[in-house]
Amino acid sequence: MSNAPSHLKYAQSHEWVEVIDDDTYRIGISDHAQALLGDMVFIELPEVGQALNAHDECAVVESVKAASDVYSPLSGEVVEINETLEDSPELVNRDPYGDGWLFTIKATDRSELDELLSADGYIELNSDSDD
Amino acid sequence: MPFIPHTETDVKQMLASIGASDIDALFDEIPVELRIGILDQVPAGLNEMEMSRLMHARAAGAQPLCFIGAGAYEHHIPAAIWEIVTRGEFYSAYTPYQAEASQGTLQLIYEYQSMMAHLTAMEASNASLYDGASGLAEAVLMAVRANRKSKSKRILMPATVNPSYRRVVQTIVENQGITLELIDYQHDAGCIDLASLPVEPGDVAALVIPQPNFFGVLEEVSGLTDWAHARGMLVVAVVNPTSLALLTPPGEWGEQGADIVCGEGQPLGVPLAGGGPYFGFMCCNLNHVRQMPGRIVGRTVDADGKPGFALTLQAREQHIRRSKATSNICTNQGLVVAAATLYMTLLGAEGLARVATTSHLNTQQLSEQLTTIEGVEIAFASPNFHEFVIKLSGVTSDAVLDALLAEGVLGGFNLSADYPALGEALLVCATETKTTADISAYRDALSRVMQTLKGGAA
Amino acid sequence: MSNTMQSHIENGQDGVIFEKSEPGRSNPCQAPRAVEGSPVIPASLLRKTVPMLPEVSEMQAVRHFTRLSQKNFSIDTHFYPLGSCTMKYNPRACNTLAMLPGFLNHHPLAPVETGQGFMTCMYELQEMLKEVTGMQAVSLTPMAGAQGEFAGMAMIRAYHDARGDDARCEVICPDAAHGTNPATAVMCGYKVKEIPTKADGDIDIDALKAAVGPQTAGIMLTNPSTVGVFERRITEIAKIVHDAGGLLYYDGANLNAILGKVRPGDMGFDVIHMNLHKTFSTPHGGGGPGAGPVGVSDRLLPFLPVPMVGFNGAQYHWLTKKERPQSIGQLSAFGGNAGVLMRAYIYARLLGREGMPRVAEYSVLNANYIMVELQKRGFDLAFPSRRATHEFIVTLKRQAKTLDVTAMDFAKRLLDYGYHAPTTYFPLLVPECFLIEPTETEDKATLDGFIDAMAKIQHEAETEAAMVKGAPYTLPSRRLDDVRAARELDIVWRDTET
Repeated sequence: MSNAPSHLKYAQSHEWVEVIDDDTYRIGISDHAQALLGDMVFIELPEVGQALNAHDECAVVESVKAASDVYSPLSGEVVEINETLEDSPELVNRDPYGDGWLFTIKATDRSELDELLSADGYIELNSDSDD
Repeated sequence: MPFIPHTETDVKQMLASIGASDIDALFDEIPVELRIGILDQVPAGLNEMEMSRLMHARAAGAQPLCFIGAGAYEHHIPAAIWEIVTRGEFYSAYTPYQAEASQGTLQLIYEYQSMMAHLTAMEASNASLYDGASGLAEAVLMAVRANRKSKSKRILMPATVNPSYRRVVQTIVENQGITLELIDYQHDAGCIDLASLPVEPGDVAALVIPQPNFFGVLEEVSGLTDWAHARGMLVVAVVNPTSLALLTPPGEWGEQGADIVCGEGQPLGVPLAGGGPYFGFMCCNLNHVRQMPGRIVGRTVDADGKPGFALTLQAREQHIRRSKATSNICTNQGLVVAAATLYMTLLGAEGLARVATTSHLNTQQLSEQLTTIEGVEIAFASPNFHEFVIKLSGVTSDAVLDALLAEGVLGGFNLSADYPALGEALLVCATETKTTADISAYRDALSRVMQTLKGGAA
Repeated sequence: MSNTMQSHIENGQDGVIFEKSEPGRSNPCQAPRAVEGSPVIPASLLRKTVPMLPEVSEMQAVRHFTRLSQKNFSIDTHFYPLGSCTMKYNPRACNTLAMLPGFLNHHPLAPVETGQGFMTCMYELQEMLKEVTGMQAVSLTPMAGAQGEFAGMAMIRAYHDARGDDARCEVICPDAAHGTNPATAVMCGYKVKEIPTKADGDIDIDALKAAVGPQTAGIMLTNPSTVGVFERRITEIAKIVHDAGGLLYYDGANLNAILGKVRPGDMGFDVIHMNLHKTFSTPHGGGGPGAGPVGVSDRLLPFLPVPMVGFNGAQYHWLTKKERPQSIGQLSAFGGNAGVLMRAYIYARLLGREGMPRVAEYSVLNANYIMVELQKRGFDLAFPSRRATHEFIVTLKRQAKTLDVTAMDFAKRLLDYGYHAPTTYFPLLVPECFLIEPTETEDKATLDGFIDAMAKIQHEAETEAAMVKGAPYTLPSRRLDDVRAARELDIVWRDTET
């Protein structure tokens, strides 16, 4: 089973959320998701300033064999995007929880965090479908 | 049995292996009430000799001298092209899913993409679409996706775009909430009037620019391109590939060039064949390549580090993206594209320029000769490529075309239904296939026809 | 096969055509004579740079493209059991007769009296396709299967719209459907609702019942389905969808399996598209051109795309929007891929009414034979309780798990044995799958050779997995780096390259 750091929260659709400060959160896709998708070839990110609702499609991660939508786990405004992914999409494979982050959001509704899974919950979710 | 190699012994052995009593038993999961008897309305089979005789009879008949263009053009097709294209290895292969076993088709498409990109002065090309008209529809859909600044689904569509193309675009895009807004043309010049375009057209996704336009007239493409770009629109160019040997390529229109280039590939080595198969080409720059529909081939290396070719950017396509694909297209016009690639290879830039120039000059010669006839005048005093419009007075276009056919001449395309403002008018084309004698034959025939018809009317 | 291919790789003739180009070389024999006079075109509209096209001799061109052709697998050279694609023999007569000059030189806008022979063929093809599908009328104009699908869904939409029934916003697709199905539904402005396939390969009827309602515009089905089995409860499915006010769309991808045996019209379908490059043996041409005629039931009759061919007792003529005002409209600049339709017409006439059911019978015989023989050699079937139709699915999930040899590895190794690989990884719901479709035109010895090759690869996978995973070895290329192809996009040759 791929790893899922315990300090992060996870969406069922395989995004992770890291708390930066009170209302700012960093978002990426899980190790499990990047492994399923395979070698990334292109990442399409939202625009800085873009307003998102939770569950909105906000990015596309594209590998050789699949293109998958990324859904925003939280509502809010995009404040920063990981521009290095433009030239180095492989960072999402190499370091999904670090250099492979996708974007940072200024959240408007902290209660949405409660809907997300813990690392244990996320691992359990994937063990069902993993055989 | 036609095209079935099985002997009785084979069938017995195979059924024994399967454990079925007869072939019919293999259909036992199909409900009995659905099974049908004989297909009454299908004739009994013919053998090859009988079929050959039938088809030769149906293909027989005099071939009139053709001066019709209007989207399909008679050009000389070098003999080598279809000899090579119909080789079994091209003819009976499929989409290159197994790249290692399809390097021939893949490399050919890569070379095709390269030639189209160079011809249009764009950075990227796909492996082709069905035809010019549906290609324009795909270009319109692509423009709406690619224009991130525009929230509208409005497209400016000049009346000088082939009316048949406009109808096809309407069919294909209307269910997606895209609206096509018609731009009128200058009735004396036969092209779009830049000065008459609104200063503030509002939020529009794209402007379509035909070059040459349906009347054969050349549009002021650079001015139009800059006008559209200044207002946040993308520019979709619809061009004739032969003309690009002579005319400014869309990549160099205006300050920034067109954004999406499409058109009908038929003039590049593809026979008229009653309307198809032809192919649509589509090019764009790299910033929009992920929004482009259709297959794309890339050059890469194999496990030994040797150059090789593979389909690339496949994540855009329907077999992966399913309902989110850029288009539902899952083929290209492979074999026809092979013909075009051979055509461009055999002619080269110089040969293609000769085809374009000869067609253009033949057309000038024809228009000069036809306008010496009383009752025939040129509709538009504008530069043109290899087609022009004549207006007829005192007769109907239909009567003229019928009478010309009786003289062995296909005199052109009747514009009256699509452009009633022109009155009785014909769109006429002379490509490089027409000799001075052919051109004189048309003039003489039209002269006789006009006299007879007007005499008859008087 | 491998020896001839190998020699081509090694003799240094493999560059792209641009590398063989030299300035000043031309083929004046193929081009028009140089003419006097210069273009009557303002300088501002003229091209200022010469486009980079090859400058090679005719022989160089012929040799280059002949060599390229030799790097392809094709039906003419190899067994090509690509599931769902019906890679059957393309009779030569179809090509020769469709390319008679009288047909090739016919301008699509020439008056119909100059093309009556051609129009007769088109009209008769419409009539034959009506008969074999059990539909009320056929339009030949869609240029490929996917465009036929589009036409079909657009007609369903036009039907509901014409009745003012505008709440129908959803199209149901089985999860095993071809990717074009959901893509097409979206192009027609619909949302897609997927329903699951049961373990026996049939549609989950309970899920269907739960899915239909006043929002249902229709359902898109393939029967035999994409998992290679006949949908046994099709009549019941038709009733459920019709009762909910929806229409049934038939994806004709697998028509080869039932040609002359069962008709989609009799199953209750309202609209069908046919892939003539599959069932009617027109060439696949390295990925096209195809042809995707559509047939309809009475309900959809007014909406068929134009042009169609009509006959007034004396003359064949085009039916356009003028005669058929409710038509969804035109899909191509002219009448569609006429040359492809001609090949299909010739094939249909050569088969005749007695040859059509044989297509289904022998394609089904061949598929069941390979299926049973592979099972006997230890391969796992995805639907072991079912008959094969013209195709069936083997799953290599066990091999992937225990030997780390995947369906992809088996596919690549098959190429070394001289067999084109079956369709891999489709349908998506069967892991590590091979969709195998032999077609009726293959003889038993060829099938036996393929079965033996599969067994040999299984043995290789057990004894030298690494070797299998490195395949192919004998083709013009080893496995290609498709990650690099996508990341370092090189899709156009530039003269700076060497």
